[in-house]
Formats: sequence, C-alpha cells, structure tokens
Amino acid sequence: MKVTFWGTRGSLASPSPETVRYGGNTSCVAVVGSEGTMIILDAGTGIRNLGQSLPADLKRVHILLTHLHMDHIQGLPFFAPLRRRGVEFHIWGPASTTLSLNARLQKYLSPPLFPVSVRDLSADLHFHELPAHLIEIGEFSINAQLIIHPNPTLGYRIACAKSVVTYIPDHEPALSNRVYPFEKEWTSGYDLAKGADLLIHDAQFTDEEYQYCVGFGHSTIRDAFRFAELTGVKQLVPFHYNPSYSDDDLDRMFDEALTELHPTYKMTPSREGLSLDVV
Amino acid sequence: MSQQEIEVILARHLAEYLAMPIFLVNPNGDLIFYNEPAEAVLGTRYSETGAMPASVWSTIFHPIDHEGKPIPPEELPLVIALTQHCPAHKIFWIRGLDGAMREIEVTAFPLIGQADRFLGGIAIFWEITTK
Repeated sequence: MKVTFWGTRGSLASPSPETVRYGGNTSCVAVVGSEGTMIILDAGTGIRNLGQSLPADLKRVHILLTHLHMDHIQGLPFFAPLRRRGVEFHIWGPASTTLSLNARLQKYLSPPLFPVSVRDLSADLHFHELPAHLIEIGEFSINAQLIIHPNPTLGYRIACAKSVVTYIPDHEPALSNRVYPFEKEWTSGYDLAKGADLLIHDAQFTDEEYQYCVGFGHSTIRDAFRFAELTGVKQLVPFHYNPSYSDDDLDRMFDEALTELHPTYKMTPSREGLSLDVV
Repeated sequence: MSQQEIEVILARHLAEYLAMPIFLVNPNGDLIFYNEPAEAVLGTRYSETGAMPASVWSTIFHPIDHEGKPIPPEELPLVIALTQHCPAHKIFWIRGLDGAMREIEVTAFPLIGQADRFLGGIAIFWEITTK
C-alpha cells in the first residue's frame, strides 16, 4: 500500500508561512493498493489538491468519511471528479439514527451554507452507511468501527494481502480513564489498531491544553504515543494537528515526546505531501 | 479477548463516575462490569468476582420477593430488559455475598447502539434503607 497525506491539520485549515512544512489543509489521506485501487480517507480541504492530481479518465472513486465534522468534509464540493459525468462515486460514512448520510451531507451542501447542492453534482453518487459489515473495495478489506469522538465517528482498519493501515484521525481513548492506557478490552479503537503496520492517529493537543479540552474528542501527542504502544503497531503517524501549532511547535513537541516515552515503534509525523510505502 | 463495543466502553466509564450502583451486562446476559457503589450493595468487589455468566449472577444473590419466595431469573428486571428489549422495574430482596439481606429497587433497560445494534443491558439500583 502507498499512503499519501494531502491534509494533516485538524479543526480548521491553517495556511501560513509557519505551517508550510507540516501543512495547513485539513484531513485527507489517499491509500493506493498494489493493484491500483485507491481509497480516500476523509474530505477535508486537502482533497482539493488530490482531485487535481487524479487522471481525467478516472472511473470510480471511494471516499471513506470518519464523521461529518466540517474539517473532514469541507473539501468535498471542491473535489474535481465530483463534477465529472460518468464517474462512479461511492461515499461511505457513519450511520445516524435520524437522517441518512446523504441528507446529513446536504445540510452543508445546500444554500445558504453552500451554493451548489448534492443533486447538482455530475458524478454518479452512491452513499453507504457504516458500520454494517466488512467492506471489500478492490484488493482492500476494510473494517469500520465506532470510536470515542463526539457524534458517531468511525475509525478504519484497511487490510490488503501483506499489510494493515489504521486510520483514527479524531479519537479520545483517554476520555474518563482514571489511568491511561487502560485494559485493551476497554480501550476505544484497540481492535482497529492492534498490530497494524501503520497507525494514523489523532495528536491534537499538548498535555497542558488537554486539561481544558477533556471531552472534545481528541488525543494529546503523548496519548497517541501510548495508544500506539498499547496496540503494538509498527509505525505511528501523528495526525490532525491543532491549527494553532507552527512547524517549529510541532518539531519541539515530537522531540519532547520521543525523549520522554522512548517508543518501541517507528514514529513518522504526518505532513502534507508525505508518501509512505507500507509493506 | 477482543475490545468491547464503544457504547459499552462509554457506559462503563459513565458508571465509574456515578454514585448510583450500576450493573452492566453483554447481549448474552453475562455480567461485564459493576461499579463501586454496586459493590457495596452486592457485598463483593468487581476485582474479586470479575465477569460472571448470567446463570451465576441471576441466582448468586438469591433474589426473593416480599413474601420470601425466590424470584425466577426471567422475572428479574435486567433479564426482562435483555430478553424483551424493554425497560423494567422491580423492588425485591437480595443476599449480598457478604451475607447481608438488602432490599433494593432496580430499573433496567436494554442498551441499543448506533445502527440499532443490541449491545446488552444496564441495571441501576438503589438500596432501600427506610420505608
């Protein structure tokens, strides 16, 4: 699998001279399998650049949304293939007890929040609600499970013949745990991440900030490290950075976490444009 | 052992913070957690009993009615919540594992998660100390 990061920021796009190295676009990751199948994880503002990089004769697109917070869907109407006739477009996302996935997306993709509605898009759209079953897309087997984050939110475990990538961009496994990490059986996201070759995980806060943000649904950088240790992954990719952090801030935070925690796995901070081969 | 469902994890965390005795079971009826206030009523600690099959917890506390007659498992509120997927309420007596008889009032309800997944049941109970 080849994993490419098109947006690594959380909450709000934050382009500035201070964020050019890690990037200012919100969540979007492309995963391409050995047979060429591509799936797109979330549709934050980073998906616009991804759309411009795709071939014009693209026939089918799969977008797996973890949830419908704005930083994960804001780029959707700017994704060029959505405006092309003949493109088969599959959007997967969390089920709700009240409205369909299509209806919930239309809350954003309709006036007055946005001038173009879902029915005005040219692509052939299909909506799929999760968790329902193991998804098979091309050479990928994908398991979607609910994880701790406000409003129903999914994490994805993406497996192919030789490797596993886990994507949990918004996640607060430490929520309410008096001791964290806790027992595996009682840890949100454990089954998704267990033994993964690559874990892309929320790293939004510092420990100091977290004291004022408990329940917001995000992890500290150190808790992301601890979650990776608990789940026995081979490589951690911190993701979904607080928009207020500069590149220098993030460099310093990762250095401090590495010095303190001495992880047994490889740690590679996500940044826009980064591509990782997972074998 | 695989991870519990996310709604069950959140229910346990909530129970750990509440001062009301709470009993949490999985869809099979097996006890998977009770909190510290429940330990005082049941006369034992969760760390000592651990998880318990339904056949054990539904009889180990010897539930009896006001006339001293044993209450069959299928009439216990939590068993009704699990089998009929509806809330249930009852007042009865139990014998804690510390040997003490206690009158308790129990409200139980099924735990239904996103996408209508049946995830087990929760019983909240109170010890009746004055009438």
